[in-house]
Amino acid sequence: MTGEGPENTSDDAGTVDAAGSTRGPRRTIELAGVAAAAALAAAMIGFVLLYWAQDLPIASELYAGFRSVGRVMDAAFGTNVFRHPFMWQSMATGVLVGVVAPLVGTFLVHREMALIGETLAHTAFAGVALGFLLNAVTGWNGPMLLVALVVGIVGALGVQWLTERTDAYGDVPIAIMLSGSFAVGTLIVSYGRGLTGIAIEGYLFGNLGVVTVEGARLMAALSVVVVVAVAATYKQLLFITFDEQAARVARLNVTGYNTLLVVLTAVVVVGAMQVLGVILVAAMLVVPVAAASQIARSFRETTYLSVIFGQLSVIGGFAVAIGGELPSGGSIVVVAIGIYLLAVAASGFSVRAISTHG
Amino acid sequence: MDPVIELENVTFAYGDTVAVRDVSLTVEAGDFLGLVGPNGSGKTTLLHLMLGLHTPDEGTVRLFDRPIDAVEDGSRIGYVSQRATSRGGTMPVTVRECVTMGRFAHVGHGRLGEADREAVATAMETVEIVDLADRLMNELSGGQRQRAYIARALASEAELLALDEPTVGVDAESRDAFYALLDRLNDDGITIVLIEHDIGVVTDRADHVACINTELYHHGDTESFVESDALADAYGATGQVVHHHHP
Repeated sequence: MTGEGPENTSDDAGTVDAAGSTRGPRRTIELAGVAAAAALAAAMIGFVLLYWAQDLPIASELYAGFRSVGRVMDAAFGTNVFRHPFMWQSMATGVLVGVVAPLVGTFLVHREMALIGETLAHTAFAGVALGFLLNAVTGWNGPMLLVALVVGIVGALGVQWLTERTDAYGDVPIAIMLSGSFAVGTLIVSYGRGLTGIAIEGYLFGNLGVVTVEGARLMAALSVVVVVAVAATYKQLLFITFDEQAARVARLNVTGYNTLLVVLTAVVVVGAMQVLGVILVAAMLVVPVAAASQIARSFRETTYLSVIFGQLSVIGGFAVAIGGELPSGGSIVVVAIGIYLLAVAASGFSVRAISTHG
Repeated sequence: MDPVIELENVTFAYGDTVAVRDVSLTVEAGDFLGLVGPNGSGKTTLLHLMLGLHTPDEGTVRLFDRPIDAVEDGSRIGYVSQRATSRGGTMPVTVRECVTMGRFAHVGHGRLGEADREAVATAMETVEIVDLADRLMNELSGGQRQRAYIARALASEAELLALDEPTVGVDAESRDAFYALLDRLNDDGITIVLIEHDIGVVTDRADHVACINTELYHHGDTESFVESDALADAYGATGQVVHHHHP
């Protein structure tokens, strides 16, 4: 590098300060939004833990307090929702989905791997069907989401294996895997229906009532895993997303990080499937990120805005779903698309073509 | 002198199409090697083989005196790929974020420190893009974007710079400044491998030239290259003789 005089260094520091102060308010609002989303997510994980521990001495009092807050909220809104613990399970799951889906989606969308989210949702659906069947046939009583998680992760590794042997993500083998795993899922459902009388529609379209206690616990645990994994590998994921070739030259383990990203996607999809449904789950990976990418001024800002928009979609979607007694999945996605359209309008109607090469 | 890159009888094919055939050459520490050849002659493939982006079908590649697969320290290599291999056109990434990626191999999973930020700032000053630092890559002109990629390679403070037509779309003035900078870096002992369309630039700046059209037509110091018929032979082989000015 060339020798730099001291004036140069101070010049540069001045530029940084100037740039920093001009975007100060915007950044402050964003950070506040992210902090609010994080606080909400933490509160929801807190609820799931309290529910788990409600028989223990101190937790039981806290849990009772939580229940009375719910009753106050019901009285305030004139609803019959917040007094029910099972609704809180659903809302906790939704809020956590609103954080982790856009977080993983930010890399997925810009990696042009959005179809993979869709594929893994269908693979996970086959997993849910398999879980139901296992319950019915073997009398095994574990949560079916655990089966879906295992099948989803196996599917993710399969997708990764396929893409390494074909040229690009979003290729024909992926599409075959998408419809193939869904086809297998429907077969298992039909076969199992005679044995169990399964209500699997909830997993197709997303339903607040589908979320089980185990499902919410699984989502809480998975959310922590996803956030920690993304935070720890943010730089590497950014580098391979932006410039895979240069990342290879810099001796990043590109295959390893790709696999990590695909597995994290499977994890998010399995968790999100409960409230969003198989068919709509990919929307949560894509739409908030598309909205954020319209107006973001940096990649870091894209991740912040994606999470904020994701959270707003979930909260708005829940309000619509509860108010209108509608399915949660459709409500959340419609609100997310509304936010996307606002972002397009805010950016002067210039739609950024994310999926194509520039 | 220590060899930085050693190719021995390297052959590489895309399916049935042989891109590089039986090439052997050595790049010593401190060399400034220009790689020239017609379009589609395998220059980029050869550079990719040197960097480990491709695995040779036959022959061996050594980098930093190790088998290429055993090279684990990416911070020793700075790389500017041919245009449009990255998502700078669509992804919202700022110039500063892009240049900072040049430090990622240094820090691994750790946090970026003061030294990293200084290296980034210095690299941006060097190619005069400090005023663009907070702009998005996809809002820049092709030349400005290319300068950001060059800054990323410089920020890595590597001992080997591999540059694949780094100045495509860059205006003449910044181009001259960039090549003057390469000379200075080379004088400081940094090894440079440069693919450049303009053979005049190569013969002006590089101290060694490798002329390739699938096979290696010439490899030696620049003077011997200028005196040889390698250029006409290599370009003649595909029937597209291009007249470049010679110094």
